[in-house]
Parts: sequence; C-alpha cells; structure tokens
Amino acid sequence: MFDDFFVRALVAGIGVAIVTGPLGCFVIWRRLAYFGDTLSHSALLGVTLAFSFSINISLSVFFVSGIIALLLLSLQKRTKLPGDALLGLLAHSSIAVGLVLIGFLTFIRFDIMGLLFGDILSVTINDIFIIWCGGSLILIILYYIWSSLFAATVNYDLAAAEGMKPDRSNIIFTLLLAGVIAISIKMIGVLLITGLLLIPPALARNLSNNPTQMVFLSILGGVASVVLGLFSSLEFNTASGPTIIVVALVLFILSMLAPNLDSKLKK
Amino acid sequence: MNVNKKMTNKSDYLVKLENAGIYKSSKWLVRGVSLEVSKGQIVTLIGPNGSGKTTTAKMVLNILRSDEGSVKRNTNRVAYVPQKVNVDWTLPLRVFDFMKITGDISKLEMIENLKLTGVEDLIYADLKNLSGGEFQRVLIARAIAKKPELLILDEPVQGVDFNGEIALYNLIKSISDSLNCGILLISHDIHFVMSSTDHVICLNGHICCSGSPSSVAKNPAYIDLFGEHTASTLSLYKHHHDHSHGTDGGIEK
Repeated sequence: MFDDFFVRALVAGIGVAIVTGPLGCFVIWRRLAYFGDTLSHSALLGVTLAFSFSINISLSVFFVSGIIALLLLSLQKRTKLPGDALLGLLAHSSIAVGLVLIGFLTFIRFDIMGLLFGDILSVTINDIFIIWCGGSLILIILYYIWSSLFAATVNYDLAAAEGMKPDRSNIIFTLLLAGVIAISIKMIGVLLITGLLLIPPALARNLSNNPTQMVFLSILGGVASVVLGLFSSLEFNTASGPTIIVVALVLFILSMLAPNLDSKLKK
Repeated sequence: MNVNKKMTNKSDYLVKLENAGIYKSSKWLVRGVSLEVSKGQIVTLIGPNGSGKTTTAKMVLNILRSDEGSVKRNTNRVAYVPQKVNVDWTLPLRVFDFMKITGDISKLEMIENLKLTGVEDLIYADLKNLSGGEFQRVLIARAIAKKPELLILDEPVQGVDFNGEIALYNLIKSISDSLNCGILLISHDIHFVMSSTDHVICLNGHICCSGSPSSVAKNPAYIDLFGEHTASTLSLYKHHHDHSHGTDGGIEK
C-alpha cells in the first residue's frame, strides 16, 4: 500500500516524536525554548563538520550541540550577561561559523534546504536505527534522572537541600537535549526541531492537570502530528517537516478549545 | 552553654557551623556564624530583613557552600520549608504530585500529614490555585511527611491566618518532640520564639547575640536591633509568666 520510503519516514518520525514528547515537557517547564533553538542552530555547524570530516551526522551534531550546551552552562556562571543574550551570542555565531565553513566546502553538493527544514522522506534504514537506538538510550537515561530533574524543575533549593543532586541532573538533561536534536535533525531540520519539542507539550498542557498526564499526552500529540503530517504532505505534495509542524499547530489550536468546553460542561 | 548536651557524646549534633560565612558580589552576606542544632532541639534565627537568616539556613542545607569556616552535618535526612516556592504555571502540579517530589510516600501517609496542617481536602487541588496560607500548610506537611532528623523552616507560617499560625507553631513544637528531630526555625513571631524555642540566635550580618530566649531578650544588642518597643512587648509577655526557659527547653522557676 505504501511506498517503502513512506513507511521508513513514518517509523523514523514516530520514533522522534516519542523522544521529543517528554524532553519537550521539561523544555517548557524550565523555560528553555530559546535554549532549544540555540542547540539546534549550532547543529548546523555540526552537520558541516560531519561533511568536512565525513563522520556520522548525528554523532557530530551531538558533539557540537553538547559542547555549546556545556559552554553555555559555564558561561552563565562566569559572565555578567543575561542568559538570553548568551544564547543569542552562541546561536548566531555557530550559525555564522557553520555557513562560512559551508562556503569553503565547494567540493560537496550541499542540500541546505534539507538541512534547515529536514528531509524526512530521504530517511534510510541506518537513520531509523540511530533514531530508535539513540532515542531509547535518551529515554532510559531520562527515566533514571527523572525524579531528581523533576524536583530541580519544581524548586532548585528544595531539590538541593533534600539531596536530589540538581546540578548533576541539569547537566545530564542538557546533554540529552543535544542528543534528541542530533537524532532528529536530518528528519525535521535545524529550524523546525524546536517546534516539535515545544508544540506537542504545549497542547498537552492545555489538556492535563498533572505532570505524568502531560508527558503522555505530548507523546500522543507528537505522534499524531507526525502521522497526520506525513499523510498530508504526501496528499498535498508539501515539504514534510513544515507540514508536521503545521499539523501540530492545528492540534494545539484544537486543544485551546478543549478547556472551555470542559468548564462549560461543569457549569 | 548547654549542660545536658555537653555531657553526652560530642558528635551528638545534627549540624554544626563554625565561624561560617558567605561572600558574594564583593561583600559578606553573613559572616562568623557558629551554631549547633541537636536532636529534639529548636533553634531559632531572628533578625531584620537582609540580616542573613535565609543565607545561614542555606549553608546549613548545603545549598550554599560557606566561603570560610566550616559546616559539618551528621545526617542526610533533611527536610526544608523554603521561604519562597514559585511553581511555574506551565507545570501542571497537584498537591498530590508536589508531596512526592523528593521522595515517594504512600497516599495514606500523605493524607495523614496533610491532616496535621489542616489541608487534607486539597490533596487533588492544583498547586497554583492555592492561597498563600494554604500553600505554606502544604509545604510544612510535605516536610514533616519526610520524617526528617533535621527540619529547616524558613518563615513557615507567612500568610497563614491568625488561628492557623498558633496551630502550626504548636504543630512544629509537637513535631520536634514526636520525631525527636532538630529544628532550625527562621521566624518573626517573637512570642513563639521566646516561649517555645530552646536557643535563639539574633543575626544582623553576624551573630549579635545568642543564648536562651530570656537571656537574648535582656541583651542590649537585641534591644538595639529590635528597639525598645519589642523589648517592652516582651517584658509585658514575660509579666504573665512565672517561669523562664533553659536552653534545653526545660522550665526554670
């Protein structure tokens, strides 16, 4: 029924959505939306390096994003600049460095649109392997640091006082975020990955009254966006990455109507 | 200063600060703080705003590392009621979820402890819909439910109504007996501090004076800091009682 590439795209997309759901919740709770942007923009540099040294894209993106993330954590403690200024500084300089490097790589044919917006329909079996293995690893680590990270998200002092080691889990979480960007960059692209991280948890927030519910609803919302988005992109012949985000947006708008319905029923 | 405690083993304290201080943005927030909290003892920190009470509590809790002096702690079973907890509205959190954030407890235990502070009906309420006083009650219930050996309370009854305040202070007093835990309390309630605590430390960037409540009340440094008004309130208060308290909480006729 489906062409082979379409099944691959579905499997890869669902895998990514399952991982971005829980991590995206933390991104929202901890107000890290712009941080996600910075990491994904720095991924451009990672991709360029991958082409220059012909290494695996996900691996190289993970290293570059991870280094940028750790750099940010240490800069925050050392400079007097506010967090958002530091984020902007790192995001735009890494994009600039990445683009300048691309200019030097004249011997490589470079699909920059694919890089920015993703090319989910060119996903290979190898990519699926990276997404599902990397994704499982990310979720397993997240499971182990969950309670500590969650306590730190609710209140840092409380977590620190009661022995939850918030600093450690903050660093691990940052690296997991770099990891999720690394595995999904090829599929959804540098510019749109934060959308997939943010919109499903945002719509889940509208529908949930406790954290567990929000996590599961955001996974569900992400998977629904990917599946509906891919079918629509096939149907209307539109680019797959943006179509997925548009579907997520439509679901978000629908979720805005839900609480009103709920309160009307209660009256 | 405390005869009973000195007789026993020296490592009897739960936490001990020796000449500890925190240096931040080129000034000392607090300096030269020495204090000790032992089992079953209530130690209170009083002092004006910005005098380093919360900073001192954070040193005791190892949230802040002291820049000089030493902080020694003999227990890891610590519970904390912070002065301020701002839960981001993007985080859907019920009282039920909040009670478990630093350690799993059964629903039965949870209800029991929420009952102690009078908010068991709010167990499934959204945290962001609670009033200030209700939230304080939840914070105290959560800390007590952890059955700590060392309990640190930073202005635990702020925003609580008058009757509730008395009930909560009584609860804190009874917790120190029933759990036999050490309590470090930051409080502005001079009456409770003077009537129910074992050791008072008066802070103003450094330790102004410390000792049993009655000795601190007579100290000129204390009167200087809090003014004649407080001193007279106290003497009025003391007028109605025929006893004073020793550092161990016992009654001295």
